[in-house]
Parts: sequence; C-alpha cells; structure tokens
Amino acid sequence: MARKKSAKWTKKDLLGLEYLSQEEIDLILETAESFKEISERPIKKVPALRGKTIAHLFLEPSTRTRISFELAAKRLSAYTIGVSGSSSSILKGETTKDTAKNIEAMKVDMIVMRHSASGAPYILSKAVKAGVVNAGDGSHEHPTQGLLDLFTIKEKKGRISGLNVSIIGDISHSRVARSNIWGLVKLGANVTLCGPKTLMPVKIEKMGVKVTYDLDEAVKEADVVNILRIQLERQKSALFPTIREYVRKYGITEEVLKRNRKRDVLIMHPGPINRGIELSQNVADGPYSVILEQVTNGVAIRMAVLFLLSQYKGGK
Amino acid sequence: MSILIKNGRVIDPASKIDGQYDILVEDGRISKIAKDIKEKTANVIDAKDKIVSPGLIDIHVHLREPGREDKETILTGTRAAVHGGFTSIACMPNTTPSCDNAGTVKFIIDKARKVHMANVYPIGTLTKGRLGKELAEMADLKESGCVAVSDDGDSVPDPSVMRRVLEYASALDLPVICHCEDISLSKEGVMNEGFVSTILGLRGIPNKAESVVIQRDIELAEISDARIHIAHISTREGVDLVRTAKKKDIKVTAEVTPHHLALNDQCVKTFDTNTKVNPPLRTADDVKALKAGLKDGTIDIISSDHAPHLDSEKDVEYKYAPFGMIGLETSLAVSIMELIDTKVLTWPQLIEKMALNPSNLLGLKRGTLEVDNAADITIIDPKAEWTYTKDMVMSKSINTPFLNWNFKGRAVTVISGGKIVMRDNKL
Repeated sequence: MARKKSAKWTKKDLLGLEYLSQEEIDLILETAESFKEISERPIKKVPALRGKTIAHLFLEPSTRTRISFELAAKRLSAYTIGVSGSSSSILKGETTKDTAKNIEAMKVDMIVMRHSASGAPYILSKAVKAGVVNAGDGSHEHPTQGLLDLFTIKEKKGRISGLNVSIIGDISHSRVARSNIWGLVKLGANVTLCGPKTLMPVKIEKMGVKVTYDLDEAVKEADVVNILRIQLERQKSALFPTIREYVRKYGITEEVLKRNRKRDVLIMHPGPINRGIELSQNVADGPYSVILEQVTNGVAIRMAVLFLLSQYKGGK
Repeated sequence: MSILIKNGRVIDPASKIDGQYDILVEDGRISKIAKDIKEKTANVIDAKDKIVSPGLIDIHVHLREPGREDKETILTGTRAAVHGGFTSIACMPNTTPSCDNAGTVKFIIDKARKVHMANVYPIGTLTKGRLGKELAEMADLKESGCVAVSDDGDSVPDPSVMRRVLEYASALDLPVICHCEDISLSKEGVMNEGFVSTILGLRGIPNKAESVVIQRDIELAEISDARIHIAHISTREGVDLVRTAKKKDIKVTAEVTPHHLALNDQCVKTFDTNTKVNPPLRTADDVKALKAGLKDGTIDIISSDHAPHLDSEKDVEYKYAPFGMIGLETSLAVSIMELIDTKVLTWPQLIEKMALNPSNLLGLKRGTLEVDNAADITIIDPKAEWTYTKDMVMSKSINTPFLNWNFKGRAVTVISGGKIVMRDNKL
C-alpha cells in the first residue's frame, strides 16, 4: 500500500492509454495493487463508492469485461445499473448520446461504455458531466484491458521497463493491441508486433514499436507474448487464406515456445480464446500461461479506475 | 440605377488589371473602368482599402433542392453563397430526383431566378439516376441549361461506361467533372488511411483510392479527347498525375477545396464528425503538395464542395455520420489564410482561381470586370477580422469544423447582375 505521492488523478474520464501520462498509469497500477487484496477477503466489499451510481452501457456483446466492471463497482459498494444493446432504446432509433443523456438525467455518477464504434466514449465524455470509462470502443482502445495487462506483467516480472513484449495476431482490428502499445511504450518496454501483413495497420511503427511477420523473430527474445484473438470471419474479407495457414504461421504452440530463449516467458491472452487456433490447448493451460490471473487482476484494475475517477473534483 | 465603386484596388486577372480604379455599373453591366470617375447620379460605394474583384464563382456546391430541403434550399444556399462573396455557383446533380433530366434542370433554374441572389448553373448527371450504367441525355441537359456533367459523389465504376460518357460529352463540348474514388479501395473507410487512422482504430481511405481513378480518367480522356475536371483533389499522387497529364496536353483541369488546404487528418483525433468529408482530410504532406499544385498552376480552381447535412445526422458516432461539410461562407477566408497570408498565391492568382478559371471551365462568360460584362462584383475587405459564429450562418445547416474560428478578410459587398445583394455584410 505504499502509494507514491507523486501523481494525482485529475481526469474526469478514462478514454484510452494514449491520453494518460506515465505517472497516471503508475498511479492506477499502484491503486490497483492496494485494491487487489479486497477480492481475497471472505467479505469482498469496501465502502469506497458508497452512494455512487454507475451505469454500465454495453452496446456490444461482452461477458468478461462486463462482469469484471460489475464486480469492481459492487465490491466498492457502488450502485450499478446495466444497459445492453439489445435491451436499450438504441434499437428504437435513439442515438447513443441521447441514451446516455437520459441516463445522466437520472443522476448517474459514472458511465462505463462498450461500443462497436471507435470514438463513441470520447464523444460521450464531451456530452455528459458524468465520468466516462471506455470499456472498449471499436478498434480504438480498451484501456482497462491494457492496464490489467501492464499490471499482470509488472506483478510477474517486477518491472515493465526494458522487457521485450511481443503482441501476436490481428493488430489492425484490435483495441487491446492499441491500449497495450500505448501503455507499454510509455512505461519503457520494447514492443514487437507480429501477424500477417494484411492484419497490420499502416504506419504502426510510428507508435514506437517493431514490426515483424516472422513469428520466431517475435518469440525468440520475448519476455512476454500477448496473443490476440483472431476473428474467424476476417478470412472471408480476404485478410488471410485459411485457418490452417494462420495456425501454421502464427499459432502459438509448445513447439514455437521452444525457440524462446528466455526460460520464464509469460503467455497472455485477452480472451475469449480460440483454442487450437491462435493458441494451442497445452500452452493456454500450461505453466507459462497467466491468462486467468489477467482476469483476476482485471477486477482490481477496474476498482482502481472507478475509485480514481470518483475522486475527480471537476474542472472549476 | 447606376452604381459607382470608388477608390478600390481593382483586380481583374482577365484584363491583367491590378490598381486603384473606379468602376461604373449601368443597366446591370460594367460600363466604365477608369481613374476617378465622376458620376453624380450613381449610388456610390467607397471601396477604399478594399479589393474589388470579379464576382467569385464556386463550381462545386450541393444545394440539396429538390429532395433534401431540410438540409438546404436554393434560397438558403444562394444566400450563403452571396454571404461568402459568390455571385455564381454550379450545383451538383445528386439531388432527389437526380438532375438527369430537363425538368429538374428547369426547376432549379426557375427557382434560382425567382430567388435572385447568386446565379445558379446546374450540373447534369453523366448517367441516368447517377447509377453508372446508362448515359444520361446529355444533349437535352445541355440545351436546358446544364454547364457540365458529373456523377459527383460517385465515380462511374465501369471504365467502358466512363469511356462512352467522355466520348459523348466531348462531342457536346461539355466538361466532365470527375469524382475520383475507387470504392472497393475506399470501402467502409471514414477517414484518411495513415498513422492517425491507425491509432484511432478508424477504417482508412488510402490516397490510392483517389489516384487510381484519376489515372484511369486521364487515360480515358486522352483517347476520347474529352475535357475532364478533377473534383476536390486531395492527394500528392493526384496532383502529380494531373501535372504530368497537363504536360502531355491532355485536357484536364483540377480543383481543391479550402478545407483540404487548412485541415489535415490530425483534426479527426477529436472524433468531431464535422471533419468527416469525402475525400477525407489528408496528411500535412498532401496539403503541401496541394499548395504547390496551386502555385505552379496544376490546380486551376478553388471550390468549396459545400455539402450541408443535418445536425442530427452528424451528431452520431464517427463511422455512422455522413460525409461532407458546408463551405460557401468560409471558402474565401480560409483561402486567404492558407494562400495569401502564407504567400502561396498573390491576390490576382487567388481571384483567378476563384472567378476567372471557374468561369472559363464552364463557359459562363463571367469572372471578369471587363467593360460590357455582367456586373458581378465582389468587394473584399482583406483586413476585416471576424469570427464565424453559429448565428451568422446563412446556410440551413451548420456542419462545419470552422465554427468559431477567427479569420482575417471577407467579402463585404456583393453585386450580382448589377444589383447590390449584400452591402456591408448585410444581405
């Protein structure tokens, strides 16, 4: 619980890791450290957000992130309401902004938003006084996933600076990749991206990362391998030839990991996993995998984020 | 009634005049340009410290009428035009119904006459219903008053249809305005493809989606001997292709919009849907190439691509918003800021690209202050400082990223066909 006094939280919203400084990221990670223990208690509840109302506006399907946010809010004693895409008036033609404005009119303190369109939480944050947490927007950012990945790496390796972190798979469509890259680069990791060229967005090197299309190259010196989910339907838009070829070129198996020169590589995945495709069964459940620990840490990270945002005093 | 404009800096690129003169307007025509005209009966406008220019002409405007009068009408659109200093505009045919028939052309012309603000010149479609399949009745369109043809908003996807379009139009001496976009390359794109689209996770539209079709249309213009005009050019590649084609004496001209000069893809970082426009805001490097193209004459014309949309349509997530921004009222000010203040163009060169060249392309016989010409005159105060605020917008829509920008220089008085349609910024 030794929190440094160096950084203070000064933001209404958490929209992405692009918008955070290294100090702010450190502050969230340190705060999460102190919250993690709460989930280990028999009575998993503290009064930090008592009397606060948080709306979970999930306009795109989500299981893990949604449950994680719900648990985080409830363990901090916040009152939560959930709105999902299929039950909302979005289907009746109401715009997202109107839905959010209406929720706010009922005096909600924070809105956690998942949306299929990049930038939706950003636009929302400018329209409402409530704090907005981006729970994943299009291919843009998924900041709490990025933060929980950083937390997990730091917990296991004791540091982030100087580590070699490789992110494998469909970088183009991945908000997880973008949030990870921003965070890792800001905290001083050496990031390598690897995947088919058709799934590598243009000019991504300008984020300060290395790009390779050769999996061995990406795995060889890696301290951490973060594997992204491959959307099987991408094959239909001519982005890769077959699942078979994808598995052969980019699937992470024990065979591939044998070529890793570090003895204690971390295997991460944001889930849900396509077992036997981007990640073999053995590796997913193997000794290097920290996939379930990522999920555990996700709750602590989201508790920290909700707590810090509730401390925001307004821009007067 | 006669009008006497005194003491202004008269700039008329057609007659190569740039100096202090008086201009006398009688019976709707320019009757005299000389030093110190004395005319007792005239309505006198003092243009001291102002620029007296031929009425500006914008050849790329979406008036939305008929069909989408909720976004803009011929009345509100021409009021916005005059407010921005334009005495003539050409309107694009992507209305509902599309302007692919003489009836729609006549409707637009009649309505514009009644309104009597700016002159309105309809542009007809290339293909029936803008569907890219069958040729529109271009001869009939021309006879009823169309000055050019275009399927603006879309390219004609089939090269062989495009070839026939160009052949047919060239026999009628109609310029063909080409919207150059390969829709399979731009598919689902909402902004420029580059580093910014990568970090925002928005689908990109590559430069090549524009340049492959510019290349195609130049090739087809060469074999059909047609006159083509490249609309809203936005890429370095596009400018290079037009420059090369001009050297080969292919009949190609090009236009650029002020927003492609003043803004770039960095502006999309706020997810402001008013920055969503087609072609998209490109990179700073493309902007550099566009300015160089204006300077060396590769790009002939500045036009706004004024594209009104409802607030409610724009007030959505970036990927769901329609493309387009209004521009008639900021076109001149943005051009001054980007081209005059930065010494890319001189005043006579800017006026050439905003009046004379547009007139020449469409054969309007306007865009000059030579004696006996229709008295279309725009008086510009190059030093006027102003802010573009919501309440001054004359267009029916307010979809512009330039709202609340501060500008220096604007049209203050506009004479259209000898009638003062705006005086001291009052319509």
